[in-house]
Amino acid sequence: MEILENNLLESQKLLEPARVDSKILEVRNLSISCGGEKILDNISFSLEGADNLVILGPNGAGKSMLLKALLGVLSFGGGDVATSGYIKWKDDVKIGYVPQKISPEKNFPLSVEEFFKIKKIKKEEAINLLNMVGIKDERFIKKQISKISSGQFQRLLVAWSLAGKPDVILMDEPTAGIDVGGEETIYNLIANIDKEKKLSIILVTHDLSVVYKFADNVLCLNKKLICYGTPNDIVGSESLRKMYGEDVSLYKHEH
Amino acid sequence: MSINFVSLISALFIGGAAGYLGSLMATKKMSLAGDVLSHVALPGIGFALLLGLNISLGALASLIIGVLIIWLLGMKTSLSSELLTGVVFVISLAIGFIVVPDHELLEALFGDIASVNYADMAMVILISIIVFLVARSIYPKMMLAYISEDMALAEGVKINKNNLIYLLIVAVVIAFGVKIAGSLLTSALIILPAAAAKNISGSMKQYSFLAALLGVAGAGGGVALAGVIGISAGPVVAILSAIMFGFTLALGKIMR
Repeated sequence: MEILENNLLESQKLLEPARVDSKILEVRNLSISCGGEKILDNISFSLEGADNLVILGPNGAGKSMLLKALLGVLSFGGGDVATSGYIKWKDDVKIGYVPQKISPEKNFPLSVEEFFKIKKIKKEEAINLLNMVGIKDERFIKKQISKISSGQFQRLLVAWSLAGKPDVILMDEPTAGIDVGGEETIYNLIANIDKEKKLSIILVTHDLSVVYKFADNVLCLNKKLICYGTPNDIVGSESLRKMYGEDVSLYKHEH
Repeated sequence: MSINFVSLISALFIGGAAGYLGSLMATKKMSLAGDVLSHVALPGIGFALLLGLNISLGALASLIIGVLIIWLLGMKTSLSSELLTGVVFVISLAIGFIVVPDHELLEALFGDIASVNYADMAMVILISIIVFLVARSIYPKMMLAYISEDMALAEGVKINKNNLIYLLIVAVVIAFGVKIAGSLLTSALIILPAAAAKNISGSMKQYSFLAALLGVAGAGGGVALAGVIGISAGPVVAILSAIMFGFTLALGKIMR
């Protein structure tokens, strides 16, 4: 019986040879504490190339901290942060990052074009990227980033993160204070980009409804790893109910 | 009274460099650091006067010490840079008033461009060019860090290193600006042209160019005017720059 199972596993591997060593990220036993208080406790997960991971958790669950750790920017700003465990990205991985809601200071004199220039992105490419996030107005590139709406700014940040062809994009609560307008939500936008670009997305959110939109795997976090698996495994699970209370209801969208 | 051309040329260069540097202080937080730092020059000026050394070199020494203290404490502790700059500022001012000889206090506080010689001028020109080039090389990275520190870090920007470089070039400009505007008003060379440029700029390119240009105009115009009237250059430069600020503020309101 055991042999049979092994054979089965072998044949699965043969069917999907690329997936065996296509891990883009591997996290093992990651713990983070800040000023003596445990923020994250013994988190392990991995991400296959082109897969999407949604990191779910209530406020204060350590989601943003995890994202910062993945970005390798945790140690900045002094503070008493201690980490253990390891985070291993694929060699030469290119990471794009969309931060939690930020807004430039009033009158900050930087144009959209110049914002892209920081990343050495030429005007034509910037216009293409803006098109991709649904900004078709070519005059937009001359606008001051402090003079566009917060929804447009959020789109701009997504476009900016796509510049330089990243392998993976990390997004921190992209819904926060969004008014992207029309029927299209920021999630539809990201889902479309995902289809086109075949990149990995790691999305942090406390919004359960996002899961079916594009998660291949879901990681539920509340300082500890609550659950980790495919959306079908996770949704309706006891642990998720514990995290969010009894009223968890999710509509499964069939595509 | 006549205009001293050595002074004027020095003022034009240091004004341009200071204005350009000021445009990097695009946010409130950084402009405060620039404002307060100029007073940190005072103890160095005092010691230089006592020992008969060049004022600018004395100023530079105390500025570099001040900058390193602010930078190191800012990295090692979670204290804000505003607070640290404030503390260093008060201590500097206190030491400065004790060590600067009474009869030279006014010169130290308000500057004395007449004391600028050919060697100073050559130094100022060289320093201004270096400051401009260094500032230009960290410009985009600093801008990104203003928008989001996390984004900048994720792009591999060394924020702490850039901040130190930035503070050091501010220190250099102040050290050479004190001869023109004195330790009390050198911040006017840095802050006012950028503030004036910000009122009417829609892009970084316009902003940094205009700040440098207004810096040249303010410092050059101020020194020339002060020479004609026969008073200290510092206050004239400051007032002239403030007038330009008022003018662009009104212009900006009209343009919008």
